[in-house]
Amino acid sequence: MSLRVRLTGVIAAALLAACLPFAAAHAKIFDPKTFTLDNGMQVVLIENHRSPIVVHMVWYKVGAADEPWGKSGIAHYLEHLMFKSTTTMKSGEFTRIIARNGGQENAFTSWDYTGYFQRVAADRLELMMKHEADRMVNLTLDEKEVLPERDVILEERRSRIDNRPGSLLGETARAAFWENHPYGIPIIGWAHEIAELTREDALDFYKKYYNPANAILIVAGDVTLDKLKPLAEKYYGVIPGTPLPKRVRPKEPPHHAPRRVTLRDARAGQPSWSKQYLAPSYSTGKKEYAYALDLLAEILGGGSTSRLYRKLAVEQKIAANAGGWYGGDAYDLTTFGVWGIPRPGVKIEAIEKAIQVEIDLLLKDGITPEELQNAKDRMMASTIYSRDSLETGARIFGSALTSGLTIEDVESWPEKISAVTAAQVLEAARHVLVEKNSVVSILLPEEKKPAPKKAAPKKTEAPKKPAATPAKKKEGAQ
Amino acid sequence: MKFGIAKHVRLAVAAVFAVALFSAASLPAAAMGKIEKVTSPGGITAWLVQDRLNPIIAMQVVFVGGSIADPDGKEGLAQLTAAMMYEGAGALKSQAFQKAVEDKSIDLGFSAGSDTFSGSLKTLTKNRDMAFDLFRMAMTEPRFDAEPLSRTKTQILVNLARRARDPNAIAGQRWWSSAFPDFPYGRRTRGTPETVKAIAPDDMRGFLKSRLARDNMFIGVVGDITPDELKVLLDKTFGGLPEKAVPLDLAETPPKLDGRTEVIRRPFPQSRVIFGQAGIKRDHKDWYAAYVLNQILASGSFTSRLMKEVREKRGLVYSVGAGLNPMRYSATLVGNLGTQNARVAKSIELVRAEWKRMKDEGATKEEVEDAIRYLTGSFALSLDSTSRIASTIASVQYLGLGLDYLDNRNSFIEAVTVDDVNRVARELLTPEKLTFVVVGQPENLE
Repeated sequence: MSLRVRLTGVIAAALLAACLPFAAAHAKIFDPKTFTLDNGMQVVLIENHRSPIVVHMVWYKVGAADEPWGKSGIAHYLEHLMFKSTTTMKSGEFTRIIARNGGQENAFTSWDYTGYFQRVAADRLELMMKHEADRMVNLTLDEKEVLPERDVILEERRSRIDNRPGSLLGETARAAFWENHPYGIPIIGWAHEIAELTREDALDFYKKYYNPANAILIVAGDVTLDKLKPLAEKYYGVIPGTPLPKRVRPKEPPHHAPRRVTLRDARAGQPSWSKQYLAPSYSTGKKEYAYALDLLAEILGGGSTSRLYRKLAVEQKIAANAGGWYGGDAYDLTTFGVWGIPRPGVKIEAIEKAIQVEIDLLLKDGITPEELQNAKDRMMASTIYSRDSLETGARIFGSALTSGLTIEDVESWPEKISAVTAAQVLEAARHVLVEKNSVVSILLPEEKKPAPKKAAPKKTEAPKKPAATPAKKKEGAQ
Repeated sequence: MKFGIAKHVRLAVAAVFAVALFSAASLPAAAMGKIEKVTSPGGITAWLVQDRLNPIIAMQVVFVGGSIADPDGKEGLAQLTAAMMYEGAGALKSQAFQKAVEDKSIDLGFSAGSDTFSGSLKTLTKNRDMAFDLFRMAMTEPRFDAEPLSRTKTQILVNLARRARDPNAIAGQRWWSSAFPDFPYGRRTRGTPETVKAIAPDDMRGFLKSRLARDNMFIGVVGDITPDELKVLLDKTFGGLPEKAVPLDLAETPPKLDGRTEVIRRPFPQSRVIFGQAGIKRDHKDWYAAYVLNQILASGSFTSRLMKEVREKRGLVYSVGAGLNPMRYSATLVGNLGTQNARVAKSIELVRAEWKRMKDEGATKEEVEDAIRYLTGSFALSLDSTSRIASTIASVQYLGLGLDYLDNRNSFIEAVTVDDVNRVARELLTPEKLTFVVVGQPENLE
C-alpha cells in the first residue's frame, strides 16, 4: 500500500494547497522572519521547535501561465527535469542523498508558481540548501534523460486527465472560461504540445526564470534566523540574480455571454454540475472583495451545514452532495464556483435550478449576522490548526508571495476577515455572481439510447470537491 | 474546504485500510514528547503525549474489527455506520449535531477499515469538553434518523456508481476478490447497491454494540491536556461502552494467487494494473527484513528498483510501486502501475523480471544500507502534527508493540543484514505467482 499512501498524500496536499493557502494564515501565529539576499532572493523563516525537523522549500515565481504560447506543459516538464543531472550531480543523485538521510522530497507546479521541497532532520538543512542551489543553475539536461521523462509526463497526463472524464471536462471548461488569459491551458499541458517539447524548450525556460531574483526560500521548523542566514548567503547568495520584468500575462477581456460545456462519456459513473464565475483574487481586480468572497464561499458551500448542502441535500433531497469554492490565491483573476451532484433519478436541470434559486436569494437578501459570525469563527480556528504542521505555514507563504502578495498581507488576514460586514459580503456577491461571467460544466454518463446521429458527443463533469478549481496546483511527484 | 470535515471528505476517507496505511507510513517518532500511559479511575487506558505548543488536542481510537465484521448480505455496514455516526446523536438531529461540531471547528469523524474501526477527534482546547461529549454521543447515542440515512445511502450509491467505472477501483476489487474468494478481505468494504440498501438502523446498532467495547479499543491522545484532565474525560467518554466486544470468528486465510494475468476490457487510453502476491504478517520474525526488501524492490520512492527500471530508464509509467499489507488474518504484497495500452505487456514483463532478479540475485550491500538509512531516518519526520502522532500511538497499541516500541523501532531495522534481506527475498518473492489484473485496452495481452 505504500504507493497508495504516497499518492493519497499528494492529493491531500493538492487539496490543502487549493483550498487553504491563503485562508489560514496569520503572522502573529506563524510569526515569520524575513530578509532578502543581495541578489534579490527573499528568505522566509517560520520557526517551530517542536521537533528537530525542517521543511526546506524553494519557490519560483513562474508557472504554467507564464509559458510561451504553444509550449504548454513546459513549466511542469522542467519541474520533472530538475531531478536529473547537473554539472556536479548525476541524475537522481540528490534524490538518493535525501533518501539516505531519511528525508522526503517532492515538487509541484501551478499556473503561478513552481516549488521544490524536502523534509529532513534539522541538521541536514545545509545539505539540502547546497544541492537545491546547485540545481538552480547547474542543470545539464542530457538528451538520454530528457526523452524518457517526456513519456513519463504523457503517462501522468493519461492517468490524471485522459482516463478521467471529469478531468477532461474540467480542462474543457477552463479553456472556455478564460477567453484570453493563459489560465485556460492545463498545467500539465495539451498532449500534442507535450509530445513536441524539447530539451531546448526546457533549457530556455530554465535559463529565463530560474535564478535567485525570481525565487523565494522558505524554511519552516527547527532552525533560527542566526543559523539560517549565513547558510542562505553561502549557498544561494553567491548565485548572481537577474531581476525579471514584472509578470504581465494577457488579460481577460470583458465576458459578454455565459457559456456552457457538456461532456457525455460512458466512463462517467455519475452526472455532476458546476458553475464558475470570474472573480477578483487577493492580488488582482477588486481585491478588497477577496475577504468577503472567502466568507461567502464558506457560508454558501463549506461543509455539511452550508446553505447549498443543507438546501439541496438535506431539505430538498435532490442532491447527493453540493458545495462551493473560491480560489483567492491567484496572481491574476480567479474563480468563484458552486457545484452539485444529483441523486440517482434526479435530472441535472433540477440541480441547476435549485442552486440558481439559492444564488438569487443570496443576491436579494444577503447573509445573516449569525452565518457571518460562524464562518468567521471557523476561519479563525483554521488559523490555529494551520500551525499544527510544518508544511502548512510554508505553503501559505509560498503561495501568497508568488501570487504577488506580501508577508503583511498574510499577517493581516485574520484582522481583515474579522472586519468584513454582511453588507460587504452582499456587495462582493453582487459583483461576482454575474451571469455573463459564468461557465456551466455538466458531466453526463452517456445516454443508453443515443439520439439518432448526434455529432461528436462531448461531456462534462463537476468537481467531486471544490478542489477542482483553477486555484489548485498540480502536484507532480517530481 | 478550509475546515476539517465536509461530508464528502469523510466518506472518501472511510475507505482507507487502517493497518496497511500504518505499516507503510513507517513508524514513530523519537522526536516527539514522551508517551505516558494513563489509566482512569474507571479502568480505561490511553496513551498520552502532552504537547503545549498549540491549544489543540487530538485523539485517535482504534477498535478491532471493521468491515471484516460485516454480516453476509450486509456488506458496507461498517462504513455506513461510520458515516451515520456524524448524522445526529442524542437530542441533536443531523444538522444540529453537525452545526455544533462545525461551528466550533471540531474535527470529528469515524471510519471503517477492513480490520479496524476508528474514531478521530481534534479540537481547540477551549472547546474540549464539548468535543469529547459530542464524540461520546456519536458512539453511544447515534440517532440513525430516516432522512440522513437515506441521504447517506444515496451518497454511497453515487460513489459506488462512480467506482464501477473507475479503472483503479475495478482492478482493485477484482484483485482482492480473486485473492480472497471465501474471506471478507475479498468482499467490497463499501458494499454493493443491494447490500447497502438492505442495511437497517438495527444492523448499525448491532454493529456498534458488538464492536465498540472497552476490551476492544486502543486510545491515543496528543496535545494540550494533562493526565488528570484526560482521566476524567476517558471515563465520561468511554465509560458507557459495553465491557466486552463480540469475538471475531475468523481464521487465518492465505491469499489464493495463481500467477494469472486477467484483463478486464474498458475504454481507457491508459490501462491500470494491479499486481500482487502473498505478503508477510506484522508479527513475523522476518517483518523488518521484508520491510527493507520491499523498500529496495518496489516502494513508491524514486530510489526503488521498479521506479528506476520502469519509469526512469524507460518512461513507461508515471508511478509504479508495491507495499506490504500485513492484515489480521492474512498478508499480501500489492502494487499498481498505469501505462498506455501499447506498453502494458512490456511493463508487466519488467515487473516480473525485477521480481525474479531480486529473488535470484538479491540486493546489494549498498542498497540495503540505503534502505535502512531511509527507513530509520524518515521515521521521526513523518510525525509533525498532533493528529499523526495520535493515530500512530493508537496503532502501536493495536499492533501490540509496547510502550517502548517507538524508542526501539530503529534498532529493529538497523539489525537487518544483507543476508536477511536476500534470504527473505528467496523465501517470500514468488514471481511465478505474481498475479495481475489489467483494466483498459491492453495490446498483446489475452
